[in-house]
Amino acid sequence: MSVTGPKLQPSLFELSRPGRATPRIPTPPAGALDRLPAAARRATPPALPEVSEPALVRHYLNLSQLNWSVDGGFYPLGSCTMKFSPKVNEWAARLDGFAALHPLAPDEVAQGTLELLWELEELLAEISGMTAVTLQPAAGAQGELTGILMVRAYHRARGDLARTEILVPDSSHGTNPATASMAGFRTVSIPSAPDGGVDLEAFRAALGPRTAGVMITNPSTVGLFEARIVELLEMVHGVGALAYMDGANLNAILGHFRPGEAGFDVMHFNVHKTFSTPHGGGGPGAGPVGVRELLAPFLPAPRVLRGPDGRFRLERPGERPTSIGRVKSFVGNAGILVRAYAYIRAHGADGLRTVSDDAVLAANYLKHRLAGTYDIPYDRPCKHEFVASAASLKRETGVRTLDVAKRLIDKGYHPPTIYFPLIVEEGMLIEPTETESIETLDAFAAALIEIAGEARTRPDLVTGAPHTAPVRRLDEATAARQPNLRWRPTTRVGPEERS
Amino acid sequence: MAYGPHTDGDRARMLAALGIPSVDVLFDDIPPAVRAAGLRLPPALSELELVTHLRWLASRNRVDLASFLGAGVYRHHIPPVVDQVLLRGEFYTAYTPYQPEVSQGTLQTIYEYQSLLAELTGLDVVSASHYDGAAATAEAALMTCRATRRERVLVSRGVARQYREALETYFAGPNLAFDEVPLVAGGPAAGTSDLAAIERLLAAPDRPVAGIVAAQPNTLGLLEPMVEIGRLAHAAGALFVAVVEPVSLAVLAPPGAYGADIAAGEGQPLGIPPQYGGPYLGILACTDPLVRQIPGRLIGQTTDADGRRAYVMTLRAREQDIRRERAASNLCTNQALCALAAAVYLAAVGPAGLRDVAATGAARAAELEAALAGAGAPRLHGGPYLNEFAIRVPDAVAVHRRLLARGILAGIPTAELEPDDPALRDGLLVCATEVTTPDEIELFARALRDELEAGAGERPGARPAAAGEAVR
Repeated sequence: MSVTGPKLQPSLFELSRPGRATPRIPTPPAGALDRLPAAARRATPPALPEVSEPALVRHYLNLSQLNWSVDGGFYPLGSCTMKFSPKVNEWAARLDGFAALHPLAPDEVAQGTLELLWELEELLAEISGMTAVTLQPAAGAQGELTGILMVRAYHRARGDLARTEILVPDSSHGTNPATASMAGFRTVSIPSAPDGGVDLEAFRAALGPRTAGVMITNPSTVGLFEARIVELLEMVHGVGALAYMDGANLNAILGHFRPGEAGFDVMHFNVHKTFSTPHGGGGPGAGPVGVRELLAPFLPAPRVLRGPDGRFRLERPGERPTSIGRVKSFVGNAGILVRAYAYIRAHGADGLRTVSDDAVLAANYLKHRLAGTYDIPYDRPCKHEFVASAASLKRETGVRTLDVAKRLIDKGYHPPTIYFPLIVEEGMLIEPTETESIETLDAFAAALIEIAGEARTRPDLVTGAPHTAPVRRLDEATAARQPNLRWRPTTRVGPEERS
Repeated sequence: MAYGPHTDGDRARMLAALGIPSVDVLFDDIPPAVRAAGLRLPPALSELELVTHLRWLASRNRVDLASFLGAGVYRHHIPPVVDQVLLRGEFYTAYTPYQPEVSQGTLQTIYEYQSLLAELTGLDVVSASHYDGAAATAEAALMTCRATRRERVLVSRGVARQYREALETYFAGPNLAFDEVPLVAGGPAAGTSDLAAIERLLAAPDRPVAGIVAAQPNTLGLLEPMVEIGRLAHAAGALFVAVVEPVSLAVLAPPGAYGADIAAGEGQPLGIPPQYGGPYLGILACTDPLVRQIPGRLIGQTTDADGRRAYVMTLRAREQDIRRERAASNLCTNQALCALAAAVYLAAVGPAGLRDVAATGAARAAELEAALAGAGAPRLHGGPYLNEFAIRVPDAVAVHRRLLARGILAGIPTAELEPDDPALRDGLLVCATEVTTPDEIELFARALRDELEAGAGERPGARPAAAGEAVR
């Protein structure tokens, strides 16, 4: 952070001055493009900005300082597992052998990456208790789509075309119902039980011959282990449906619960949550999917295979006709998977279990510190995250969760996830992760308690927050009503401007 | 635990505060029947051991070959400033900008990315990013169905096979149909989309077409008649999706100029290393009237309570966390850091630099064409190309393999791109970019001449490729 505090930055386009450039490559021969037909050529060059490298670096460094980040401070964004991203993993992914390898390079020159991917599949299978893993999906949501398409393929392969519904608890991530729709299913939303868990009776009533599968987040989106999971899985399988586990909250249960062993048929991993790959401002992630034996025939192609000679290769086109096909161009976000692999190898079994132990301990400790000041709707041991609520505070002072969240910014913290899941009034989903020290947890609790006090004594201070951020609250209504989604070059005015 | 801060004393303090003897108590809610006995994983590695192990794995990949392999993923010079910016922890350890007051850095960089790609594509709306070119193309095809309420799409076989396969996967669930447009087999238009076939496919009155998807350049490197394809699409009430390669847009007509409604593409060439398939950058852009159909995040400019210019995620009612099962897509985490890489890359090279990158690739490719033709492998098609083209090589799979043994990655056999197209049985698809050197071209040409001469000596009857050999 600069000594005078972060400043808003002009647009890259406003920095542009004709003729400013840093030469990057030799000048091409004149006439290199003459052989292209005129009709295929671009008439006017794109109005990209022309900036010097010093100006470019200053632009992005100053912009970076407008961001909150895990490297910069506590980021207890529930459901997102904002843990520290180890630097050695960044180093590894940038090794030329990994970074420069073309995805269509023949198998014999790609043995290092293929081995790493194959080993990672084995590691994830062991961690999850699943039989087989695909690394292809680019993110958790694409993993969900992959998994649900495999569920679809499984039923169809059995000639069972009547299964048109996916059951999803109302506490689920929005990606679950959106995935069911993308995969061609009707979503049936099941209300949660008062204790935040699955409502067995509601599920029993909805399950039937039309049910293709259920999607369960475990631990749930309120940070609780699904205590009735054994009964639920029995019920699901009893009607011939399959059970999908949203693995977003796997960070809580490493070494404690293996979904495949417990009876889940398919799950995805969010490697940026559980295995520390960086969140990148919104990706890239990777969303590997693990399956039990009955879904293995449907895994996306190509899979990574190990031959009897110990050499690795990719499946050939058409080698496994039962596959659901491809969900993206190549084998997966290999550059991200290098980082996940490094993380798992740095921990081993005991280390991963300690990750979950510490994440769960930290969450329970923080919950304990906040009880009495904020409502704790589900007051029993949580897993890696918990819901607090400002509902009582709002009734007493008019200050909402949104205001508390914004005031946290003034105190030097990223707000928790707010108003999610939808089943909790004025909810704040708080996930400290295992990489935050007890001093940070204590200071964060003190800040939240202080804000509750301010809500009573100086509510305007809270409702007007943030006061110290680079910008104050934004006019989101106008942004949506009159969308401005791109810079308009000022050189292009009047009738030429597209509208 | 490798990266945690807790001492045993810290843990004891937390346990004491909770009044419990051990952390195990916090896991008592896991039913005993499904409690894991433990994990069988390799032992933890120290950082030194980990570094040594990873360095060894990386060294087992061969990235020192003279490579002419493109086929949708291209080697380029990446200015070091790109990665230096990506390594700012403020960018790469932030997440989705849900709290705009403390996320203006990410928000402005994405808005600028949208603006840069709008300039390149000539289309006004650009999504914050998709997974890769294949996923973006599939989403584009789905968009055409939503926007027209029709259920059938035409996809040219000039679109990369991986993209068509991903599209097929995405279409399976909602039970949408697509037909492939064949490529012209011979003559001056050989290797490009068959316009007469498009007209025939459009003629089925009971199966109206939502969109036509074609690539520029196409998967064989050839330039397609995009104006004509767009005209056919619009005459049938369908939308036109152009699959584009972004560096080429410095010199080729942008989708907005030839009437494309949607552009999709692979953003990898914009400052992102090949890294065996990802993370990459799915580009998706569309015209203004389609803005409410586009999936993925959109960043808009607005003002804060003090009237300062600021940025925010907008038009959120399309997204899964708001709209759930009625969302335009399930997309959540996308490829924000790759979009940042593309933005920094475009700003680092500038408009003249990007043109130079495209023009140098074209120049090197012309040199490569001449050298390979001189070695006895002329082009397979006659039409214009930018920097990638197919050459005629008998027994191409075997020749490709023997060249690999000589340190040359001779592109990719065209039979691997299109296994069932007899017109592509004997070919290699090769490319050049600004990083291709004259020495590499000479090495390739000389080795290819040797192989072709040796092969001719063995004729008649070149050795057929073993079933499935080297085909991916």
